[in-house]
Amino acid sequence: MTERSSVAVRAERVSRHYQMGPALIRAVDDITLEVRNGEFLALLGSSGSGKSTLLNLMAGLDRPSSGAILAQGRSLAEMSQLELARYRSKAVGMVFQSFNLLPRMNLEENVELPLRLAEVERGERPARVREALERVRLEARLSHRPAELSGGEQQRAALARALVNRPALLLADEPTGNLDSATGESIMQLLREVQRSLGMTIVLVTHERALAERFADRIAILADGRLTSDGMKP
Amino acid sequence: MKAHDLGELAFRNLREAVLRNTLTTLGVAVGIASLVAMLSLGVGLQELATKRLSNSGLFDSVLVFSRSNLRGFGRPARAGTAEPQPPRALDDQALQEMQRLPNVVEVYPQIRFLTEVRLAGGSYATMVAGIPASARDGGAFDGIQGSFFSGPAADEAILQIEFAKDLSPQPGTLLGKELVLRYAERQPLGPSAGPGDGANAESDSSSGGGFSVIPREKKLRIVGIVETEPAVGFGGFGRGRLLIPLAVAQALRAAQVNDLRDVVRGTNPNPTYASLTVRAQGPAQVEAIQTAIKNMGFSTFSLLDATRNLRLFFTVFDLLLAIFGSLALTVATLGIINTLVMAILERRREIGILKALGAADRDVKQLFFVEAGVMGLLGGVFGVGLGWLIGASVTWGTNIYLQRQNLPPAHVFSVPWWLVLGAIAFAIVVSLMAGLYPASRAARLDPIEALRYE
Repeated sequence: MTERSSVAVRAERVSRHYQMGPALIRAVDDITLEVRNGEFLALLGSSGSGKSTLLNLMAGLDRPSSGAILAQGRSLAEMSQLELARYRSKAVGMVFQSFNLLPRMNLEENVELPLRLAEVERGERPARVREALERVRLEARLSHRPAELSGGEQQRAALARALVNRPALLLADEPTGNLDSATGESIMQLLREVQRSLGMTIVLVTHERALAERFADRIAILADGRLTSDGMKP
Repeated sequence: MKAHDLGELAFRNLREAVLRNTLTTLGVAVGIASLVAMLSLGVGLQELATKRLSNSGLFDSVLVFSRSNLRGFGRPARAGTAEPQPPRALDDQALQEMQRLPNVVEVYPQIRFLTEVRLAGGSYATMVAGIPASARDGGAFDGIQGSFFSGPAADEAILQIEFAKDLSPQPGTLLGKELVLRYAERQPLGPSAGPGDGANAESDSSSGGGFSVIPREKKLRIVGIVETEPAVGFGGFGRGRLLIPLAVAQALRAAQVNDLRDVVRGTNPNPTYASLTVRAQGPAQVEAIQTAIKNMGFSTFSLLDATRNLRLFFTVFDLLLAIFGSLALTVATLGIINTLVMAILERRREIGILKALGAADRDVKQLFFVEAGVMGLLGGVFGVGLGWLIGASVTWGTNIYLQRQNLPPAHVFSVPWWLVLGAIAFAIVVSLMAGLYPASRAARLDPIEALRYE
């Protein structure tokens, strides 16, 4: 029981196959992987290795062809569409390579969006938004639109948006992919800081081994949809 | 997502593509405007017709005859049938009984008689009709040139325009002039009586044997000229080309057509009327009054069936107008569908982001629904305003035309509150229906595919 409660998310013989014409694409193939609470796991692999697909399965954005993703003591496959939406809204925060901020909204509105979706009381929202933006040191840019920010600032804003609902699990899909190395490193430091200060679980998808080795607690390596290595970093 | 958040996001989305959404909303507005304009014209024409006809007294009046009038004089009783009861006389007692019936406004006799009018050395034959004072408020004398009678017993006359043209090529100059009415006064056989004496009965056959006819003259001042013949062919003053106050007409005791018939029959010991007009409070009460009068032993006639047919005609008319008006709305509906489908393509990535952040399919669907609904609401409100403007313009143009034809102005369109609310509600419902497919399509979007979309 104690062991189960210490698991943030667990993939149990998970496969995700796609039929592309006559060919069967095995994006994720029979992977079993466990992420503990408060852990910083890096999923490392080359392009097409299946790491983003596995992350989407953990986020409940996709459903496995076989196997199960277990989170909060339940299989995501058993959840209804509405329950999955609630899971993504309250238990998971997501950060993407291309930031995915809504260009028509300023930072304050972008960060407020998950609060609207989670039906957080209106009066509570401004403080939560400010707190999230302070954590990523963007509190002075509340009224700026994404286009008025640098790439690093946009990614920090996206991180603030992912944190605003105080999720237990943060899923980051190549968050440094669109950034120069210095900015990428600052984002990684921020992720590490958030993980430590909030006790969050982070699953990071990246193809940059150096960053993964430097910041993650554990590295799992995928190739051709299969888990080839899973262990504590050296 | 909560309703106010949905509303805010929907308004924000609509503001972002302001040109396209404004054009779509205008499409809805034009559709609703055409619908409102068509229906308001239909309703307006119906109200106009109903008002005019109701003012004429056609639809709230019951014409009452003695059964002897309609049964046919001198027809032998059918073989094998019992001798029928003598028909009830249409006399003062019957008049008072009818006056006491519920929802009866007034009861007055029809007085019409042939006369000769003398004016400025000319002599003209015409029909005189006595009209009650209540006719003034009925609207039949709207647009009168000059004025209505100054009092219920004033020695004054109102001319129908055609008759006035017979009297003078410039009818307006007749106002204020005096004409002389030559008519045949009935007098009971026996000592001669002066004009205006006796009871207000039209068929003075109290002698039971007959009456004599004495030529008389009456001076009347012309006070008004009316364009139309009020209540042609029906009611108390139909076909009258020279109208005088009812009290004056009664006092003249002019011989009427039914007088001769009553004399020949010799069945009426008391004065009787040729017919009575019973005015109800409204057309709805006519049927009950008609039944009550029939039960009293009289024959009646009303245009109730014609009213029903009129309603049927306008219902079909409104339906046709609504169908034509709806065509524009159909085009507008396609516009909404097109706009929302385009919005899905444009906002594919945004939908993916919303879903990744925790939006349920329901939230996405509702968002598109609210956007469609807002376009419908705004389009409906603008459309009603635009429709009103079109209707007002049609009325304006119609009245210019009527004025040129020397006809009184008419309000040919009407936008009742039910049409305003109904049109706005209809616009919203149609827009929501138009949003059904795009909203479902947006809700079904695969978030991973949507997030990949550039």
